[in-house]
Amino acid sequence: MERRALIRSAVPFVLVGLGTAVATGLVAALLMNIFERKQEAKNPYLKLVELTEDDVDPKKWGVNWPRQYDGYRRTEEASATRYGGGLIGAEGGLPPQKSDKHPWLKRIFAGYLFAVDYRDRRGHAYMLKDQEVTRRNLPEEAKQSGNCLHCHASVMPLYRKLGREALPQGSPREQIVAGLEKVGAMNYWDAHKLLAETPGGAHPLSCVDCHDPDSMELRVTRPGFLQAIEKLAASDADVPHLPSIARWRAGNRSASYDPNRDGTRQEMRSFVCAQCHVEYFCGKGMTIFFPWSRGLKVEEIEAQYAEMKIDGKPFKDWVHAETGFPEYKAQHPEFEVWSQGVHARAGVACADCHMPYKREGALKISEHWVRSPLLQVSRSCGACHPGSEQELLERAHAIQDRHAALLDRAGAAAVEAIDAMAALRRQGREGDPRLAEIDQLQRAAQWRLDFVAAENSMGFHAPQELARILGESIDLFRRAQILALKQTL
Amino acid sequence: MNRTVLSRRWLALAILVGAFAGVGAFTFGYAEGFSYLFDDPAACANCHIMRDQFDSWRKGPHHAVAGCGDCHLPAGFFAKYWAKARNGYHHAMGFTFQSPRPDLPGERKVFEEPIRIKPFNWRNLQQNCLRCHGDLTHDLVRGATTGEDAVSCTHCHRAVGHEARR
Repeated sequence: MERRALIRSAVPFVLVGLGTAVATGLVAALLMNIFERKQEAKNPYLKLVELTEDDVDPKKWGVNWPRQYDGYRRTEEASATRYGGGLIGAEGGLPPQKSDKHPWLKRIFAGYLFAVDYRDRRGHAYMLKDQEVTRRNLPEEAKQSGNCLHCHASVMPLYRKLGREALPQGSPREQIVAGLEKVGAMNYWDAHKLLAETPGGAHPLSCVDCHDPDSMELRVTRPGFLQAIEKLAASDADVPHLPSIARWRAGNRSASYDPNRDGTRQEMRSFVCAQCHVEYFCGKGMTIFFPWSRGLKVEEIEAQYAEMKIDGKPFKDWVHAETGFPEYKAQHPEFEVWSQGVHARAGVACADCHMPYKREGALKISEHWVRSPLLQVSRSCGACHPGSEQELLERAHAIQDRHAALLDRAGAAAVEAIDAMAALRRQGREGDPRLAEIDQLQRAAQWRLDFVAAENSMGFHAPQELARILGESIDLFRRAQILALKQTL
Repeated sequence: MNRTVLSRRWLALAILVGAFAGVGAFTFGYAEGFSYLFDDPAACANCHIMRDQFDSWRKGPHHAVAGCGDCHLPAGFFAKYWAKARNGYHHAMGFTFQSPRPDLPGERKVFEEPIRIKPFNWRNLQQNCLRCHGDLTHDLVRGATTGEDAVSCTHCHRAVGHEARR
């Protein structure tokens, strides 16, 4: 009896004891959580491995910067927006052909490799693989040069190695340019083989291409960009969105413009992307170059191509199979088009929207899962623009929808002009006085349409500029069409 | 006999409660709990989320005349501490139980980023604009000051407090 009373009287004490223990445990857990957040806010990292310029494998960098590496790896994931990308399709896991949405692309590229295979994009992780699975680059046809590696691979160790062999006494910059020329003169597959034999091996672009391995500062490495931005700075082209070029121009110009020395931190956050997301020429028999010596606008690039001569003949990319006229091919002029837009003018860099800051715990890092801002509207647009995610997305779509409609209208004009010019050609009018003028009109029209269609933003990077270019393209195509249809007297 | 057992129990209990109180007090101090009871704007950046807002407030036009609480908390004593408690509860829950890797597929989003003001706090903010500037603006802001059709001061004057939204 007494024993039972004793037990009963002990129950509240045991319960209070248990409750206190649980509460203490929870408080300790909270304490640990606060401690972790405070540690994160100090932004520490452990440099567990030493890195050098030759470390092209991102995995090794990932040991020191695992969060950034995690983001980089996620570029393997397929993603799609309303107009860009494409979820993995039926054809062996590749994104859809661009001509599925815009059938006129096959007509404007008639006789060129882009009529054979021209797919939508995949993420950064695929850049090297994609260059090797495209039917534009079949090993047995050997149609591509080693120039492709300038952007499709982490290629600097190979440039340096070949440059050292070619110019043992040269400066590092001269050696890199010599290496660039050597690799550019090779067949793509031979160049790839040499790259794979370097100690680091063949990797897609990785950390070392944009970051200094000692300081992690952003820097540009690609000789194509360094040469081109130097020429752009030395020109009198209007570049109000690049303040460091204005400062360099106002100085004594004793040394040529060097983005790694003169560029602002904010400019570097675009320049690293502009090493590759640009218009360039990389055909066989020439070293890759970006055509910026007159400026970044569509007609300034066109003017540089128009004055170029290859073996004494006017420069061209290919001859159109249906019309017989020589053409220029545009690549993906994202940097050039962004340069004409309001975001560039406001000092917004590529990385602000495509690699926005994000938080993990109390740590603020920039997103290395580089992708469309439309897939992360709050972080990208919301950092400056008020409004809900849905509202901001709808505003971006309004721009893109209008642009897409105008783009297809220009495509329709292109097809009708090509029909008329092909009919004229079938009549076999050698020496027709109209031919020279039609040749000029159609090349200008096609260059403008291709420039806009190849640019990856469906109008967003500079809506008004792109609409201007499409307007000119439609006008030029229709004038070529009218001239081709007109009976000569 | 009974007495000694009881007092032994009391002792054990006192140790447990004391440990709880000690760990609790330390945690409260370590987390700078007292700072939340006062008006120093630095307290708002304790948990790191509002770091950018805090930094840009320091460079913003109002930094010499108004701190965080002057704009974001109601003026009356009870209303002020009620708003502090309400916001503090939500912020603490959100910050503590956020996902460590919010980007991973299927992760739950505890709060929006960049953070956005919600109706309760927007009403407080609007009232505080008018508390100081009401005399000057009463021709603009007539009738309801916080209703659906109210003229929101910060719709245009976004950067008066802090420009940063991130």
